[in-house]
Amino acid sequence: MPSENILHIENVSKIYKSAGKELTVLNNVNFSVEGGSTLAITGPSGSGKTTLLGLCAGLDRSTTGSVKLNGIKLDELTEDQRAAVRNRYIGFIFQNFQLMPTLTALENVMVPMELRGEKDIRTHAMDLLDKVGLAERSHHYPVQLSGGEQQRVSLARAFSNKPAILFADEPTGNLDAETSEKIEKLMFELNRDAGTTLIIVTHDLELAMRTNRIIKIKGGVIISDNPNATR
Amino acid sequence: MQQDNPALKRSVNISWLFKMAWRDARRNKSRLFLFVSSIILGIAALVAVYSFRDNMQRDIDNQAKMLTGADLTIQARKPVSAKTQAVLDTLGNEKASERSFASMIYFLKNQGSRLVQVRALEGNYPFYGTIETTPANAARTFQQERRALVDKTVMLQFNAKPGDSIKIGSLNFLIAGILDKAPGQTGISATVAPVVYIPLKYLEQTGLTKIGSRIQYKYYYRYNKPSAVATQVKKIQPLLDKEGLDTETVESKKESTGKSFRDVSRFLELSGFIALLLGCIGVGSAIHVYIGEKLNSIATLRCLGLKAWEAFLIYLIQIVFIGFIGAVLGAALGTIIQFALPMVLKDFIPVELTLQISWLAIGQGVLLGLIISVLFALPSLLSVRTISPLNAIRHSFEKSTDPRDPLKWFVYLLILLFVLAFTRFQMSSWMQAAVFTASILIAFLLLFGLSRLLMWAVKRVIPSSSSYLWRQGFANLYRPNNQTLMLTVSIGLSAAFICTLFFVQGILIKRVTISAEGNQANMILFDIQNEQKEAVAKLTRDYKLPVMNQVPVVTVRIEKIYAKKALKDTAKDSKRATQGELRVTFQDTLTSAEKVTEGVWKGKIKPGAQVYVSLEEGYAKHIHAGVGDSIVFNVQGLLIPTVVGSLREVNWARMQTNFRVVFPTGVLEDAPQFHVLMTRITSNDVSANFQSAVVKEFPNVSVIDLGLILKTLDELLSKISFVIQFMAAFSMATGWIVLVSAVLTSRGQRLRESVLLRTLGASRKQILVITAIEYLFLGAFSAGAGIILALGGSWLLAVFSFDTSFTPSLLPILLLFTLICFLVVLTGVLNSRKVLNTPPLAVLNS
Repeated sequence: MPSENILHIENVSKIYKSAGKELTVLNNVNFSVEGGSTLAITGPSGSGKTTLLGLCAGLDRSTTGSVKLNGIKLDELTEDQRAAVRNRYIGFIFQNFQLMPTLTALENVMVPMELRGEKDIRTHAMDLLDKVGLAERSHHYPVQLSGGEQQRVSLARAFSNKPAILFADEPTGNLDAETSEKIEKLMFELNRDAGTTLIIVTHDLELAMRTNRIIKIKGGVIISDNPNATR
Repeated sequence: MQQDNPALKRSVNISWLFKMAWRDARRNKSRLFLFVSSIILGIAALVAVYSFRDNMQRDIDNQAKMLTGADLTIQARKPVSAKTQAVLDTLGNEKASERSFASMIYFLKNQGSRLVQVRALEGNYPFYGTIETTPANAARTFQQERRALVDKTVMLQFNAKPGDSIKIGSLNFLIAGILDKAPGQTGISATVAPVVYIPLKYLEQTGLTKIGSRIQYKYYYRYNKPSAVATQVKKIQPLLDKEGLDTETVESKKESTGKSFRDVSRFLELSGFIALLLGCIGVGSAIHVYIGEKLNSIATLRCLGLKAWEAFLIYLIQIVFIGFIGAVLGAALGTIIQFALPMVLKDFIPVELTLQISWLAIGQGVLLGLIISVLFALPSLLSVRTISPLNAIRHSFEKSTDPRDPLKWFVYLLILLFVLAFTRFQMSSWMQAAVFTASILIAFLLLFGLSRLLMWAVKRVIPSSSSYLWRQGFANLYRPNNQTLMLTVSIGLSAAFICTLFFVQGILIKRVTISAEGNQANMILFDIQNEQKEAVAKLTRDYKLPVMNQVPVVTVRIEKIYAKKALKDTAKDSKRATQGELRVTFQDTLTSAEKVTEGVWKGKIKPGAQVYVSLEEGYAKHIHAGVGDSIVFNVQGLLIPTVVGSLREVNWARMQTNFRVVFPTGVLEDAPQFHVLMTRITSNDVSANFQSAVVKEFPNVSVIDLGLILKTLDELLSKISFVIQFMAAFSMATGWIVLVSAVLTSRGQRLRESVLLRTLGASRKQILVITAIEYLFLGAFSAGAGIILALGGSWLLAVFSFDTSFTPSLLPILLLFTLICFLVVLTGVLNSRKVLNTPPLAVLNS
């Protein structure tokens, strides 16, 4: 059930300076996201999708405008404070999984909880791995897992700190169609169970169609922001 | 207030950081060990030297009595007065005396002769320890009859055996035994001045104690209560000072021997430190690559909420831990190597060395290893702080390193200060430490600059028309994450170190060799008495040898200096100038090796006129005297007031009798004197026959054969260079390990490139050729850069320090160059085998 806004983006622009020239990647972007909703950000390559995701998730600062996440203005925070916000409220799923190669599947899932200083986390982490069907592979290293399995571990990790908002950057971009379908299903299931807000950046229109709302972006500007009529 | 929001605060969980450091390291154990292996040898070298130094100091302390052989030794350079002799006779509970001087010995059996140090001994010396001889009882019995103990090297040289006879002066002695080791004697001192012991009671009969002979008098004392020595020395010190006598006690011997060995160990420690520095460059560079590879993991962790400093601490913990392991391994290896050091340094050790594990040395080595590995890793580690979480979603989003990071520059400063402080700890002055640090820094910067130049040049010079294999091989030198910089510095510095040692050895040998070249004299006859002067010259001419120079030598002392500058100097300086004896000459014209630089040279004076002497420039500076200053000389009791008339520049490199003070003729003609004659002999046979004839006819005359000096110098330098090469080997080996480490570190990247090339159709042979070209050029350039550095450094040393020209021999340089290139190519190619042997599909699938 949608509630108040968990994410509020106001007049956000991002300009990079390179070789003395300015490159506007995002230009005066405005939108809000209700808590518990699902949103897809789509657009062609180089449209500014990933930059927008980075700003929304507090991975970077906007050049102008403000980003408010769960009532906290991210632009006013130091990098370490933003890291604390990420740890407490945000989950991530990456296109290339981004599992720590030196950690086992179980340890990868435990990391966000360990960072919060939580105790007795092993059982919770194993439960999550069980939910994604990898309980038997908990002691395997990423290199010993297939792409789909790695993304499932990534899903378990993303939900391990019970995030208020989950950012997924092309979550199926590196997977075949069959595995993609399984991962998408699992992602939406977990999201529904946890009541998490889900923001997906994707090229994949089929995936985008599974969300409540689709924002289309082109040349750093939102060209459409519509509820998904098919849902 | 947003800042009070608890969501923005999270405390750092130190134990978790340790856990993460371990988790991250466990899959990289072999790689981390590879990094740390670079410092193992450096630490090993230092711990070996530290342990050796500690053991040596302990043994010097324990065996100091055996070094001196007595509780108290009093030394004089002239016969003591009756009054002083009376006082000396009252000292100690047991006494012995010795007179030593340089003289020729003549082997009757084979008519060989050689300059040795004759020690005429009376009494039961040494009171502690023994004179080691073969047979062992010869040391105890030789004083009973007219017998001698002859140094083993001389015995070997003339193929002599106990029972043979030698002639010293005009007296024959039966060789009672071979002198293996005199108290406190080292292999080096035996090489330079071999010793022959004879009984003191026969010294007079040798006829070698005439006026002008340079005899050193030693009085040895044993005390029942050694604690009484210091009190007694203090009591008689004024008398000893007045007579110009020196004392040596067990304590002072401990101090002087310890000091000598501190100098040796300082040199060895600095050599080890250079190896350690090289290793640290390797560690720093490898950590840089390692952190670069961790970019994704760190960015992801930052996305998950890891703070910048937490990320930094995770990797700092790893480095501290592996640094500690490396240091411990190095310390263990060093403790083993210390057992080899006595073999290397055997010719320099005066005591029986008892080797023990030195926990202090191990502790120092481990601490040093830890500090230095962290310091050199810090510049790369600090960049962890600046890795953006954005890297997790977009590769190469921004550069992880900021060259303007002030903290990084602070670390560079810390490294420099650490090197300076460490060298200051090894050297006696800040100036020396600063020069050493600056030299190392300049060498690093030059090699750094050269490698940058190489990369710049290769990029532009290699023509696009050259074959693909060559272009790819060269391109590897400047591609991202290349090893060119690190290898040029580490291999170049090792090569420079080794080459400089080799060149300096060559310069020293050449300096002496040159003095014997051309028409210069190569044999000196000295201690010729006034009445022998003509006869010795005649004998020389009889052998058809030229009398190239024949000068009188008078022993004088400076009684007083009335110098404008000296008056302002400290009393210590003035005292130093007036202490000790000086050997001066008188002549009416200057030699070709002398040039007046200030004042006027007056070669002749009339009786009663003002005496103008000429001082050598350096000596004048030393005693703070200049033209116009007055000096009163004491010539065997007669005071002669003089004025400094001129200063001279003397070419000391010339084989010539050069003097610090030259008198004009008309002053010293009647003073007690001896003469020196110089000649040139080109044939070894004539040289041997002439020396035998001189010793037979003029037993008191000593002969210095430049050939022998050259041989001795060569032997001496060989022994020293062996020690230096032993220490330099640590640097070479470290350079090699850094090379292996660099090749293995970059193997992942090479593997991907190689697979791509092979997928596109390149053969194994082509990949091998590309790899070989890259390493061949890298080896050639590093070795070349190192050799150029060594040539430059050696040239500076030759011109400014040794005052000679520098013409390095090409063959050894070429050999070293080829060897380094070969080793680099072999190491590079062998360690790249995996790249060649891995099927492309295996890599593409992964």
